[in-house]
Amino acid sequence: MPQLPRDEERSTGQPRIGTDEWVASVEGRRQRRSGVLGQLLERLGQLPFWAPLLVVAAFGLLFPFLTDSDYVVRVGFNALVFALLALGLNIVVGYAGLLDLGYIAFFGFGAYAYAVLSSNKFDIHLATVPTLLVVVVASALLGLVLGLPSGRVTGDYLAIVTLFFAQIFVTFTTNANRITLPWGDRPLDLTGGPNGIGGVDPFSLFGVEAIAVTSYFYIALVLVVLGMLALHVLSESRTGRAWKAVREDPLAAEAMTIPVFRLKLLAFAFGAATAGLTGSLFAAQQIGVFPQNFELPLLITIYAMVILGGAGSIPGVVLGALTITVVLEVLRGPDDARLLFYGGILLGLAIAIRPWQRLAAVLAGTALFGFLVHVVVGSLWPRGTARVAAQGEGLVGSIVEAWVLLPTEPGTIGNVAFVVLVASVLGMTLLRPLWRAVLLVPTLYLAAFVWENRLIFQPSVTRLLILGALLVVLMNARPQGLFGTARVEIV
Amino acid sequence: MSALLELKGLSLAFGGLRVLDRLDLHVNEGEIVSVIGPNGAGKTTLFNVITGLYRPDEGEILLDGESIAGLPTNVIATKGVARTFQTIRLFLNMTVKENVMAATYGKTRTGPLRSILRTPGARREEREVARLAEEKLAFFGQRLMGYRWDQPAYSLSYANRRRLEIARATAMEPRILLLDEPAAGMNPKETHEITELIAQLRTDGGHTILVIEHDMHVVEGISDRVVALDHGEKIAEGSFEEVATDPRVVEAYLGTKAASTK
Repeated sequence: MPQLPRDEERSTGQPRIGTDEWVASVEGRRQRRSGVLGQLLERLGQLPFWAPLLVVAAFGLLFPFLTDSDYVVRVGFNALVFALLALGLNIVVGYAGLLDLGYIAFFGFGAYAYAVLSSNKFDIHLATVPTLLVVVVASALLGLVLGLPSGRVTGDYLAIVTLFFAQIFVTFTTNANRITLPWGDRPLDLTGGPNGIGGVDPFSLFGVEAIAVTSYFYIALVLVVLGMLALHVLSESRTGRAWKAVREDPLAAEAMTIPVFRLKLLAFAFGAATAGLTGSLFAAQQIGVFPQNFELPLLITIYAMVILGGAGSIPGVVLGALTITVVLEVLRGPDDARLLFYGGILLGLAIAIRPWQRLAAVLAGTALFGFLVHVVVGSLWPRGTARVAAQGEGLVGSIVEAWVLLPTEPGTIGNVAFVVLVASVLGMTLLRPLWRAVLLVPTLYLAAFVWENRLIFQPSVTRLLILGALLVVLMNARPQGLFGTARVEIV
Repeated sequence: MSALLELKGLSLAFGGLRVLDRLDLHVNEGEIVSVIGPNGAGKTTLFNVITGLYRPDEGEILLDGESIAGLPTNVIATKGVARTFQTIRLFLNMTVKENVMAATYGKTRTGPLRSILRTPGARREEREVARLAEEKLAFFGQRLMGYRWDQPAYSLSYANRRRLEIARATAMEPRILLLDEPAAGMNPKETHEITELIAQLRTDGGHTILVIEHDMHVVEGISDRVVALDHGEKIAEGSFEEVATDPRVVEAYLGTKAASTK
């Protein structure tokens, strides 16, 4: 017998359990429970659409003045290029719900098309604006062609078909330097093969040539802001609604007067045009294009950005792009990487462990455990603590040296510790919360040990490892992405 | 007077299984016609053929004298055939209002570029579509109004989802409305409401309706004419009284023995 709500519950102003209002607010209540991060993002997500736009524009405008290093501005430019790519992919994946793994090829196509039309390669030097128009239209047309299978092939199968296209593109550009034509006497060199095309013309807009990376940064910034604006307007227009309807239920959409196939093609074309334009910008800034610029890892990175930020959310995908670019860049330097490593762990713990008393206990336990181990090992086996901390100066270095074991020869023992660490993390997922908290103490210490003895020496491997771990933690905490709204598949 | 929707000798087979067998059916302008029949009689398939999800093997489908058999589903929909689904198929992750607005795609014109540029025409059309959606949702009293407009469709209760699906179909401003078991899964009170609602769809909304329904109280309450199907064949047609007492209908529902002892 279901319990009827008592009168005092009714008088609290809350809707009765089971009524429509209650059902409607279930999602809100569930998200409210998802911790500090969830609540913060919830608040941010309720801001009007121009707020993130303003933040991006204002920060972007000031950014080049905050640094005098060209390198930092270039990182900013890369972040914006990724943001543009993520915005384009958001149309295809976020709105129309098409799993397009060939997306990266349009980026490459745009870059190569620009390079062919304005470089020394064929001594064609078209003006920038007409070139860009040609590139955008050609990319959109190519998008239509790649979209053709989506009429019959859907879901995972479409992913396979389009993935094939991405692979073909790289293979083609690597090998299209000796195309034998029936009428030519010499093989045609279209793409420069593995060496790519160099000497690409810089952008020249309104009679000014863009040479400095700062100029490209601003061009990219304008494009990102315009892209966000256009996408926002589009998402609440006739076409945007139709895309979402196609994503939700193609059959019902078709029965509600929506030409599903045409809209899928349109989504492919819009995504491809965005990627093509971005490709041109990329080629002009890099002053060259190479096949290895457009390989699969890049595609995966863009997808990670869209999913991390929340597919379908405009500020989300931009934030995702900025976050991942910056994280990958920061992880190059060991000092910053250390900060990110420990910071990431702390953040993860703060999200995952509740109540805060338990969190405090775990942290205090770990600190104590470390000093104890250090004292014991130090007295039994002095060489186990003899080394100087890598990249450690001042306070950080001395804390690390007093807390983490630093054996003089960290090689083998570090590798073993790494394997034990992975096993221990996996093992923890099987335990009950209390035991998990107990095991967490030595595991955290082990993580610090592995970091200081092994990973810090290999930033190129480590940064991907850490990014992966970061994604795992974040996607567990918020499967819908930072700004995404949780999708309901079956109710 | 010629019928608004006319099916002539409609046949469809899935392999060796004849799902529709030389079916003739017509619906006049302003009429409410009910289709009844046991499970597997071919009722939903009939709707699927009319809306173009299946192409009939034989026969003709005429909407206002114009053949629509074999046209793509969205074209048929744009020509004025709207439907709801037996298993509700809303756009769950879109808002209530967006669900209704999405169904106006066929009769609006604004392309993506004009939308991005927000031309005066695009904005006017957007306002009209929003107003139309609000008007269609207002048909259900306060149930789908106010704060609900901006809530995702998945947050609605079952009965409200059915209502929203009907609202979405009416937003197409169709010539004929096909309702597939609108009262399925409803409690007696809601069933009574839906009966009145279907009548209102005709009187206030001016819709012509073809409805599949299992609940005989609903069928009795709304129908001008009832058509009974079994194994894809029309076994009876006429007023509710005539069809309900027809021996072949009783047999189809209850079996031969029950029919002979009655």
